[in-house]
Amino acid sequence: MTELSHLPAWRLAELVAAREVSARELATLHLARIARADAALGAFLLVDEAGALGRADRIDAALARGEQPGPLAGVPLALKDIFVTRGIATTVASRILAGWIPPYDGTAVARLYAAGANLLGKLNMDEFAMGSSNENSSVKPCRNPWDLTRVPGGSSGGSAAAVAAGLCAGSLGTDTGGSIRQPAAFCGLVGMKPTYGRVSRYGVVAFASSLDQVGPMTRNVRDAALLLQAIAGHDPHDATSIDAPVPDYRAACERGARGLGGLKIGLPAEYFVDGGGINPEVERAVRAGIARLEDAGATVVPVSLPHTKYAVACYYLVATAEASSNLARYDGVRFGHRAEGTGSLLELYCKSRGEGFGPEVKRRIMLGTFALRSGHYDAYYRKAQQVRALIKRDFDEAFTQVDLIATPATPTAAFRLGEKAADPLAMYLADIFTISCNLAGLPGVSVPCGFTEAGLPIGLQLIAPPLCEEQLFTAAAAHELATDFHTRRPPELA
Amino acid sequence: MTATKWEAVIGLECHVQLATETKAFSASASIYGAPPNSCTDPTVLGLPGALPVVNRRQIELALTLGLATGSTLRRRSRFSRKHYFYPDLPKGYQISQFDEPLCEHGTVEFVVDGVPRSVRLTRIHLEEDAGKNLHRAKRSLVDLNRAGVPLVEIVSEPELRSAEEAGEYMRTLRQLVRWLGISDGNMEEGSLRCDANVSLRPVGATTLGTKAELKNINSFKFVERAIEHEIARQTAILDAGGRVVQESRLWDADAGTSHAMRSKEEAHDYRYLPDPDLPPLVIDEEWIDRARAALPELPTARRQRLVAEYGLTVADARVLTEERALADWFEAAARAHGDGKRVSNWVQSELLRELNRDARTIDACPIRPEALAALLRLIDDGTISGKIAKEVFTKMYASGDAPGVIVEREGLVQVTDTSAIETAARAAIDANPKQAEQYRAGKTQMIGFFVGQVMKATGGKANPAAVNEVLARLLGA
Amino acid sequence: MASITSDEVRQTALLARLALTDDEVARLTLELSHLLGYIEQLTALDTAGVEPMTHAVPMDCPLRLDTPAPSLAADDALAAAPRRADDYFEVPKIIEAGS
Repeated sequence: MTELSHLPAWRLAELVAAREVSARELATLHLARIARADAALGAFLLVDEAGALGRADRIDAALARGEQPGPLAGVPLALKDIFVTRGIATTVASRILAGWIPPYDGTAVARLYAAGANLLGKLNMDEFAMGSSNENSSVKPCRNPWDLTRVPGGSSGGSAAAVAAGLCAGSLGTDTGGSIRQPAAFCGLVGMKPTYGRVSRYGVVAFASSLDQVGPMTRNVRDAALLLQAIAGHDPHDATSIDAPVPDYRAACERGARGLGGLKIGLPAEYFVDGGGINPEVERAVRAGIARLEDAGATVVPVSLPHTKYAVACYYLVATAEASSNLARYDGVRFGHRAEGTGSLLELYCKSRGEGFGPEVKRRIMLGTFALRSGHYDAYYRKAQQVRALIKRDFDEAFTQVDLIATPATPTAAFRLGEKAADPLAMYLADIFTISCNLAGLPGVSVPCGFTEAGLPIGLQLIAPPLCEEQLFTAAAAHELATDFHTRRPPELA
Repeated sequence: MTATKWEAVIGLECHVQLATETKAFSASASIYGAPPNSCTDPTVLGLPGALPVVNRRQIELALTLGLATGSTLRRRSRFSRKHYFYPDLPKGYQISQFDEPLCEHGTVEFVVDGVPRSVRLTRIHLEEDAGKNLHRAKRSLVDLNRAGVPLVEIVSEPELRSAEEAGEYMRTLRQLVRWLGISDGNMEEGSLRCDANVSLRPVGATTLGTKAELKNINSFKFVERAIEHEIARQTAILDAGGRVVQESRLWDADAGTSHAMRSKEEAHDYRYLPDPDLPPLVIDEEWIDRARAALPELPTARRQRLVAEYGLTVADARVLTEERALADWFEAAARAHGDGKRVSNWVQSELLRELNRDARTIDACPIRPEALAALLRLIDDGTISGKIAKEVFTKMYASGDAPGVIVEREGLVQVTDTSAIETAARAAIDANPKQAEQYRAGKTQMIGFFVGQVMKATGGKANPAAVNEVLARLLGA
Repeated sequence: MASITSDEVRQTALLARLALTDDEVARLTLELSHLLGYIEQLTALDTAGVEPMTHAVPMDCPLRLDTPAPSLAADDALAAAPRRADDYFEVPKIIEAGS
């Protein structure tokens, strides 16, 4: 039997509910693993040992009293440090928020607690979720458990590394341009970005409000369904939250066993262009993944998404403009870092922000501020929003012909630390396959579809029309049934 | 020395706090005068992760104002972010309507020196208020209670031509927002604030001169003074051949003057951005129809109707329509009694005097309109005299009792029994033979003296007409 | 669309209230010019008549009832303030009232 640290989250919940394993045992076990392995990995920014044990005991006590176990009873999770947690420091890996103890829980966090989940701590990330390698964390880099010289991806790098290394049973990340799917691909996980509005953004530190979305990062498809089930659904605190019923995602996973007969999958030519930057090993694995879907009964047809090449440029205007606005509240007055010895208000603002934000965050605030300046708005921001509409239109048209779209999740497998740090644009281009989903508001999932010869995971991305997460789960589950990638484990750390 | 005559061109931007229970974009309470920083929540504080959700009530109130001013209502409007850094602005941006405001092209009508005037409104849009900065010797303090309170900004076209017109426009606006129940319009508490754009141009010119923006006109009595001062300032500059600088000027009510605000380190660039947290605000026809149906009769229409229906003078109707509740009170009393003109006199002389003395509003009036009607009926049927009625009224105001109860309890029923009056009259004549002699000698105005004596003897309860008649008879004999 | 000068970088940094060192200004001038050059490819695309997409999923603004929820206690509101004076947030003296 697989040891507890690598059992699926859904299985752990069953064991706790049946009182075969206690929430405390699971917490203790995972805390010990974190203590042993995280020095090398750098996934955790905060381990809330006392809090986690206290919560575990309360979960066990409730079960002992005969209370109904929640669907995530006792499951030890850890969250990207972008989720606002009442009483637990929330920093987005930025100096400007170091030590901030929020007075409230975000909606996704509150829903996880309500489902009985335990929270072990907060996970490393690129500062303010801006990055694709976790190297922009102001605290420390995070490493890929499959190869410690490589990045785990980003921005939800800590989440991917911790789940892959078995330091927690699952995690939530956020995805603004690929920040769930890309690290999931780099670390051999299932990572889903749901439809924009499917999960509340209330209590999620904003990067780019019209693109940000919360989603699960897990070691298997059914765990992703379990986590999304717990957090999805309308939230009156988020005006962009979709008021639509949440289907049964577990049932959708189970349908995967019946095959994919009748399912039509589109391959966008623009994602598979020769010399388009896609690594041959990655392309082979992705095509093998698509073949598995065909084996399961799906039909594969070519589709076209002609505006794909504009996505990165469009994204970097929309995302940075919104970020420059969202990050205006970090002014050293009500919370967060405040520079010492400032005599004037202007100095207080400029120094606090100059000291508090890291280089990548500054770069994006600068680009976004520039794009919104009077006289620039139409040429930059408005233009980008128009291009965004064209990108969305491409998908709308493609989805009149197919049910899902399959693409690589990333052009390459995990790269080495420092490899792209010097060239912002090269780093931005690493998001080329994931960004369009965010621009169009569509759900997308990355699933493990193979390994490179060097043993690095590779991700296959599936994209669905709005609110069609069920189809993603069905297809992902069918694909998973045909592989053993999700059962492979990175080497144990010291 | 050229003797150019200058014409003032004035446009007003008025901010009106809307009378909601909660803030514009979050559910924390909106209470004036609460202890510092006790009316906040994560959204008001701009905490990381907090999001805005639109308060429906503010939209209803803004729609009401839009309809009352005959504005065009945008079926699809948008909230934008207006960026600037300031300690009273927690998010570093204000949520405001920019390129797609809720209301446009309305008008406000008012009267200056008996002449009807009409000023067009460029727009009425929704936005959130900022908090308050308090300035101390070496530091400033920030209270965010007011942050996020819903406002409408009412922007007029530059069509006002004098301080007096601007003042009258403001008074009309204040009356309107109070009338509609969308704000208390209290300038002292900051629920109505005003910035004025003032420029001068040669009389007859059609292009606009350089304007100065006069900020912080936060008291009703200073609207006219501040604008007059600015007109005088610019006139002096232009007469001396100088040029007006485009700038913001801060009105200092204590000094009775304004001074230029130190220009910021860089020009304003608000970097407006459609708020990605708030989808477009959609107002459907049904909502507009409901708001229109719920719209009260507006002050001008009400005034005209009071004149027509009750035969009031325009001046009387104007006083009675200062407040909707007063007009309602008046009409209830006038309907209950039947003689609107008399009710109007009583309201304006007696009722408003009592209310003003106590600084009470009509809502807190202890007298019901029906009770005033009952009081007037007691005069009509001769139960009490007009003089006694005023006494009764004072007692009604003090106690809230019905007039009949007071008259009964205090024995104020008028004496019309001529034998009782005759006894008192004889006694008065007998006691004052000298005065009786004068009367009989032709000094007939002495009758007033005897009336006074009789009234005194009867405790004011004698019917004055009967007293006169009896005295004339007895003295004439 | 074009590149950006170091003066524009400084102006933009002031608007964004970011203190930058001279080195940062020099580096950002290069990097932002490079990025703006990349972004310039958008100008080639004809977007005449295309309605800008401001939200990922089209929807109408939901509205909330005007019912108060509890406010934060002043102590909780002020708990994270780097500088606090009594029940106020404290900032350096503001020289001039602004808009």
